[in-house]
Amino acid sequence: MAGEFAVELRDVVKNFITPEGSELAAVDHVTMQIRNGEFFSMLGSSGCGKTTSLRMIAGFEWPTEGEIYIEGKAVGHTPPFQRKVNTVFQNYALFQHMTVFENVAFGLEMEGAAKEEIKKRVAKALEMVQLTGMERRRPRQLSGGQQQRVAVARALVKIPDVLLLDEPLGALDLKLRKEMQLELKALQQQLGITFVYVTHDQEEALTMSDRIAVMSKGAVRQIGTPVEIYERPSNRFVADFIGEANFFDGRIKSLAKDEALVYVPALNADLTGLPVSDGLVNGEEVVVSIRPEKVRITAEETMNTNLFRGKVTNTVYIGTDTHVYLDVCNAKLKVYEQNRISRLDPGSFYTVGQEVLLILPPENTLFLKKD
Amino acid sequence: MNPFRRSPFVIAATILVYFFLYAPIVGLVLYSFNASRTNVKFEGIIPAFSERVVMDGSLVKSSPCGPFHWYCDLAKNDDVLEAAGNTLKIAITATILSTIIGTMAALALQRYDFKLKLFSQVSLYIPIVIPEIVMGIGALTLFSQLFQFLNSTLNLSGDARLSLGIVTVTVSHIAFMIPFVTLVVQARLQGFDKSFEEAAMDLGADEWTTFRRVTFPMILPGVLSGALLAFTLSLDDFVITFFTNGPGSTTLPIYVYGLLRRIITPQVNALSTIWILVVFIAVLSLQLIQNRTEKA
Ligand SMILES: Nc1ncnc2c1ncn2[C@@H]1O[C@H](COP(=O)(O)OP(=O)(O)OP(=O)(O)O)[C@@H](O)[C@H]1O
Ligand SMILES: [Mg+2]
Repeated sequence: MAGEFAVELRDVVKNFITPEGSELAAVDHVTMQIRNGEFFSMLGSSGCGKTTSLRMIAGFEWPTEGEIYIEGKAVGHTPPFQRKVNTVFQNYALFQHMTVFENVAFGLEMEGAAKEEIKKRVAKALEMVQLTGMERRRPRQLSGGQQQRVAVARALVKIPDVLLLDEPLGALDLKLRKEMQLELKALQQQLGITFVYVTHDQEEALTMSDRIAVMSKGAVRQIGTPVEIYERPSNRFVADFIGEANFFDGRIKSLAKDEALVYVPALNADLTGLPVSDGLVNGEEVVVSIRPEKVRITAEETMNTNLFRGKVTNTVYIGTDTHVYLDVCNAKLKVYEQNRISRLDPGSFYTVGQEVLLILPPENTLFLKKD
Repeated sequence: MNPFRRSPFVIAATILVYFFLYAPIVGLVLYSFNASRTNVKFEGIIPAFSERVVMDGSLVKSSPCGPFHWYCDLAKNDDVLEAAGNTLKIAITATILSTIIGTMAALALQRYDFKLKLFSQVSLYIPIVIPEIVMGIGALTLFSQLFQFLNSTLNLSGDARLSLGIVTVTVSHIAFMIPFVTLVVQARLQGFDKSFEEAAMDLGADEWTTFRRVTFPMILPGVLSGALLAFTLSLDDFVITFFTNGPGSTTLPIYVYGLLRRIITPQVNALSTIWILVVFIAVLSLQLIQNRTEKA
């Protein structure tokens, strides 16, 4: 394998002319480096350019600007059939006029493989996706999940350098989705093939990926491991898009090497000891973000910093958690508290109007660039 | 149960439709066995076989072919055989060429955006909506002017002179059949998703292989329907053929028309019966093929 990166996008732009005649940047100066053997996801809401990016890697579209590298080589206008990448399409795109066997064998036939070898490899690929015995069926005689597996087998049988998957589980019901998530992940680890996976489901991206690129409006907003993306979002968009968060406007009052002091008007207080992120300067207006489950509600007054008094306005019991909505000074705050203890006893539950003490732990309170 | 099934109205409508649709055909077939050679009245089926044809006035009493007397008569008629041959030659050539061109046009209209797309689409309908007789006269004018010009500028003489004939009929048929093929194939392409072609290319098939292995098999039912429509249009065509044919390129419709102007013998009925049978078998077998491929 040449190079460290299986796929690299360097400053790639893709403009489309819309039917209305205006120009639209579906992909807007995207740079990403996808490592060999990694499970890489592109995550973003509808229309953010995920499919377009994937199609450019596959060779169905050509970048307007920038360059794409596969295994270290610029691919330029190489047609799809000469790229060592294969795609699992969103609608599977199985050939309806061919059997399962013929579908999976198609790619090998194109390589000019011998009949015996085709037979052997197709059998192995179908075994891998647990479809042995279905060789002679037609795609329409299969369930959605089985069709999905055929699509995976058809692409994987070619042993590509990179497998591209465009929302491959989008059409499946929740239970099957979860099963297939685990199976795909296991398959990827077992084969060691680089997967580039497109999804708009954040839970899916978090569970499956080694790294995630969060995208919005054609641009990459952050690339990182699931933990990094969730715990250290680098901007408000990412913090908001992945999971939930409380946001407050703030201003940096002092910036030390590894600690910052941020004034939050809505809380009428300074938050101290916050972790410092790059690219922010003293005095800058920022957004303070804290995840609802990171806020701690305590019974007694402690010496803790960033301690606030709040009033419960509503509570929602959802089984695993209790969601507590509070007024703190002039701000509204939501807190998710895990139900470690049973809430059967009325005394263990918060009542509306109750006063509580809250800690915003500094290590989990982030301040982010406004966007 | 469907409440309309037994309604008297439905039954009456069904009977009427079948009557007006098929009674003429049944009559036509029946008259092809008619004993009367004037064929004005049905005088019963030719009753018996005999060595030679035995006539009684205008009635055929017996014949070597028995009830199939008029069919045998037909087989001895060289003019009919030549007309049938011409018809098939023209229909087959025109069908193949118009199907290829029409399918390519449908594919181009479906997948590419180009400047004159709307114009091309609309111009497709023109040959379908304008009266056939106008097309026929137009074709005749075109060919005669063109040939006159070529003959005089190239100084052609004798056999080399260009004139109306089987080629002009075929070309005219191709021209008016293309729109029909295109429209039928376009209907089939409506739901055709380009991701199938992308999948093929993704798996290593170049453009031509993709067309051969994926696109074409998927649109084949539409192409076959288009071809069948074109074939029957060509077999049936009278008006355009009437204007563009020349010596030696008489087709069956033209021939039958010629017969009718003289005398309607049961030969015409026999010819028509065979004709109906051929078309019927063609349609039926196509339907069977389509059903099989769709089920499989
Ligand atoms: N061929 C095209 N012509 C014009 N605009 C296009 C074309 N393909 C995509 N777009 C536009 O580019 C943008 C990005 O599209 P893309 O399909 O990449 O989004 P996506 O992130 O995959 O969304 P989804 O999650 O809905 O699949 C959209 O606004 C879309 O309308
Ligand atoms: Mg998409």
